[in-house]
Amino acid sequence: MSKIFAVAGVVIRELYRRKDFYVLFILTVLITLLMASVHFFHDDRIVRFVKEMCLILIWLSALVIAVTTAARQIPMERENRTIFPLLAKPIARWQVLLGKYLGCWLASGAALVVFYVFFAAVSASREHSLPLASYFQALWLHWQMLGIVIALTILGSVALSPAANVTIVFIISLGILFMGKYLNMVAQRMTGPSGTLLSALYFAIPHLEFFDVRILIIHGWTTPIPWADVLLATIYGFAYSAFFLAAACLVFRRKALN
Amino acid sequence: MNAVLRIENLRVEYRSRELKQQTKVAVNGLTLSVQTGEVFGFLGPNGAGKTTTMNVLLGYVNATSGAAFLFDVNTREPIARQRIGYLPELTYYYKFLTVEELLRFYARIFEIPKSETETRIDQLLKLVELEHARKRPIRTYSKGMQQRAGLAQALINNPDLLLLDEPTSGLDPLGRMKVREIIQRLKNEGKTVFFSSHELGEVETICDRVAILHQGELKVEGRVSDLVKEHQCNLEQIFLKVVGYQSQLS
Repeated sequence: MSKIFAVAGVVIRELYRRKDFYVLFILTVLITLLMASVHFFHDDRIVRFVKEMCLILIWLSALVIAVTTAARQIPMERENRTIFPLLAKPIARWQVLLGKYLGCWLASGAALVVFYVFFAAVSASREHSLPLASYFQALWLHWQMLGIVIALTILGSVALSPAANVTIVFIISLGILFMGKYLNMVAQRMTGPSGTLLSALYFAIPHLEFFDVRILIIHGWTTPIPWADVLLATIYGFAYSAFFLAAACLVFRRKALN
Repeated sequence: MNAVLRIENLRVEYRSRELKQQTKVAVNGLTLSVQTGEVFGFLGPNGAGKTTTMNVLLGYVNATSGAAFLFDVNTREPIARQRIGYLPELTYYYKFLTVEELLRFYARIFEIPKSETETRIDQLLKLVELEHARKRPIRTYSKGMQQRAGLAQALINNPDLLLLDEPTSGLDPLGRMKVREIIQRLKNEGKTVFFSSHELGEVETICDRVAILHQGELKVEGRVSDLVKEHQCNLEQIFLKVVGYQSQLS
């Protein structure tokens, strides 16, 4: 485990020494503060709009940070040839991959905490309430969702170029987030093999939208989601992450590095 | 004496992805062993199969047939690399880290206890004369400093066997001298050194034994003094003879 944590440590160090996170965070803060300062038609409900926009920015920024960080890990190691002195040490390739995954996931988690603290501050300043349990659940589920996306990106990174990988993962992730829940409904209206195929696809894909509880916190649901459901979603997320990582390890194990 | 490095009938083929392209045999039937405490020179012209052999020893590439062993452990197993140090030809390190952080990272991979790690880092930075730059990111280092940082990382686990891939390539005479002194010091400490180089004068000075590879096959192997006596010429001339070089000037 110590080897996996050592690799993860380098990933985290790299992320906070790069400027991506700071740029995205500053942009989110600026846009949110700009919107919060405007009083459209003196409507008090504008606070919901501000919260929604802030959360959209957080979701986009977190996705960009997670995908771009994970996508460059293995290709950059190969391009800069840092993989060679690393693999010349007593470390297995699967440990390198798990370390990379863990590093990206923890770094994304740290970034999410900063984003959500800002969101909570904006929300509290306007609504004068702080439903901490709901915000924690939103953050936690968001983090689990990023875990799946990072694992998928790591799988792509051992087989594809970074540009192709980032594009494919963004399309898949956004596609599932926006259309995942409708696939089954469409499948039920279709007949024949195409309906069956779409149904199979619905059950095979990781439903990232399960982790999206933005709507609850935008509309100020003060009652948290049952914790058993949060636990189930966490297990669901871990299962998909483990599946993608196992596939990545299988592909990377056979790769000749020269 | 025990063989710390053993290669048995090694064959490595690279299959081309393109159709109708023939399989390239990079190494063919290579058998050799390196004993404890030896400094072994691994020579050959470009494309002879030296790097491929190194790649098999380091687990980057799997042998098509035959096998390689480090301390009697097949190089396919990561644990075979527990007691080795590797210095690549060029500096391939995380440039955003400082040399201290880099050494600490590699020490964790070797699972060296924390207290011992700090002592070793201090000793190594003194050895490679990088104490003054220990807090600076590696990207700010000169080439010579980066190569010395590489040497420090290769020694972090106090290895019994060092694999050096053209360790003095691209260094100025002072840098070469420093690296040579360090290799000599390691030899005096009883470490085994296996290194590939194109600097035949340097090899002749430092090495106990050499092997010359050409077109993937082992052509010559033996003690430097014996080879010089047998061929009645220096190592450079032996090398040129083995690879079939004929001067255009004569």
